Amino acid sequence: MLNKIYDWVDERLDITPIWRDIADHEVPEHVNPAHHFSAFVYCFGGLTFFVTVIQILSGMFLTMYYVPDIENAWESVYYLQNEVAFGEIVRGMHHWGASLVIVMMFLHTLRVFFTGSYKKPRELNWMVGVLIFAVMLGLGFTGYLLPWDMKALFATKVGIEIAASVPLLGGAIKTLLAGDEHIIGAQTLTRFFAIHVFFLPAALFALLAAHFIMIRRQGISGPL
Amino acid sequence: MHRGKGMKFVGDSRITDPASRTKKTPKDYSEYPGKTEAFWPDFLLKEWLVGAVFLVGYLVLTVAHPSPLERQADPTDTGYIPLPDWYFLFLYQLLKYEFASGPFNVIGSIIIPGLAFGALLLVPFLDTSKERSPFKRPLPTGFMLLAFAAMFYLTWESVANHDWEAAKAQGEIKEEVATVEFDESAEGYQLYLGSSCIGCHGNAFEGGLGKPLIGLDYTADEIVEIAHNGLNGMPGGTFQGTDEELHKIAEFITTLQPAE
Repeated sequence: MLNKIYDWVDERLDITPIWRDIADHEVPEHVNPAHHFSAFVYCFGGLTFFVTVIQILSGMFLTMYYVPDIENAWESVYYLQNEVAFGEIVRGMHHWGASLVIVMMFLHTLRVFFTGSYKKPRELNWMVGVLIFAVMLGLGFTGYLLPWDMKALFATKVGIEIAASVPLLGGAIKTLLAGDEHIIGAQTLTRFFAIHVFFLPAALFALLAAHFIMIRRQGISGPL
Repeated sequence: MHRGKGMKFVGDSRITDPASRTKKTPKDYSEYPGKTEAFWPDFLLKEWLVGAVFLVGYLVLTVAHPSPLERQADPTDTGYIPLPDWYFLFLYQLLKYEFASGPFNVIGSIIIPGLAFGALLLVPFLDTSKERSPFKRPLPTGFMLLAFAAMFYLTWESVANHDWEAAKAQGEIKEEVATVEFDESAEGYQLYLGSSCIGCHGNAFEGGLGKPLIGLDYTADEIVEIAHNGLNGMPGGTFQGTDEELHKIAEFITTLQPAE
C-alpha cells in the first residue's frame, strides 16, 4: 500500500532522485568510529545538529505556555515548571540543550580547525559555520532574558550596556535591541522573544541549509 | 546513472534530455583506500545508536538537574549582582581588567572580541598553506591554543571570583507575604495589640517568628484551643488575658480572609 502511494507520487514528481542524492554516498573509513575509535571527533557536527533539532522541538512546545509579557512571563514559566505535566522536562531539555549545543559546536569547530578542513575549496562552508556559531550565541543571549527572572533581567542589562558601548552605532544597537533608548522593560522582552523565535531561527535555517548543501557538494575532507 | 523512473508528461514542452542534466551526486571516496561504508542505511543506523546513547545522557542530566528559575525580575533591586550564562563568562571577565574597562572599555567590549571573531571568520584566507596537519602549521595551531587557554582561564577566574552562595540567595523565590485589610479600631484588634500574640504573629498578622494569621482555616474555638495548647513550634498558654478577651481576638482572626 505504502509502496503504491510512493510509486504514484514518484511517477508524477520524480522524488526518488531528491532523497537518493542525500542517501547515496559512501562514508570513508577515516571518519567512521567503527573502524578507528578516534574518529568520534567527527561526530560533533552531527550531535550539534541533533541538539539543535531538540531545541527546535522543545522550544515549539514551550511557546504553547510561554507569554512574552512582563506581567505574565515569569508566572507562565513558573507554571510550566511546576504545574504542567512534563513541563519541567521540556524546559529542562531546552535549558540544558542551550549549553550542550554550544559545547558540541565548539568541539566541532576545533575539529574542523585542527584538521585544517577549512582550506580550499571549503572556505565558504567554514565562514557559514562561523556565522552559525554567532547566531547560536545570539539565540543563547536572547533566550536568557525570556524567563524574566532576576538573573535574566540583570544579565541582559549588562549585555545591552556592552552593546551600547560600541562607538558610533552603540545607541542605535541598544534602541534596536531594547526597543527604547533608556528602558529595559516590556518592549525589550517582546523584541527578544521575536528575535529568539522568529528572526534568529530563520537565519539559522538558511545558514544550516547552506552548510549542509555545501557538505554534500564537496564531501567530507580526506584523512590527514 | 539515472536514479528515478522519470516522469511522463502529457503534452508538456519542458521535457529535457535526462542525460543533459548536471549530476548532483558527490564524488565517491575511492581516492581514499579503505573500508568505506554506505551512508544509507548502514552508517545512519550506527549514528542513530550513538544518538540514542547521547539522548539518554541528556535526559539523565535534565531529570537530575531541573532548570533554575529565580524570582520574578524586579528592576528596582539595584543591589543584584548580575551574571551571564556560563559561555559568556570569559567576555564578562575580560571587562573587569583595568586595560579593558573604564576609559578602555572599547578594547574589552569591541576590539579584542572583534579581532578574535574576525580572525576566526577569515581563517581560510589567513592560513593559505597547503598543509592540513596541525603540527605542520604552527602559527594557526598556536593562536587557537592560545585563544582556548585565554577563554578557559578567563572563565575559570570568573567562576572563582563569583560569590555563588550570595548569588543563590539574591535570586531565591521568596514566598509572597499575604496581606489583608482590617479595621484597626475593632475591639479584637485592640485586644490583639495588647496581647503577647503580636510579638510573633506581627502587627498586621503577617507572621514573623510565628505563622501568618491570614486566611486560616480554623474556627474561633479551634484558635482558642491552639492558644491554650500550642501547635507545632508554638508554645501554649502564653496568653495573659481573660478567656473572653481571647475569644474576641479569635473571632477577629477568623475574619482575616485575604481578598480574592
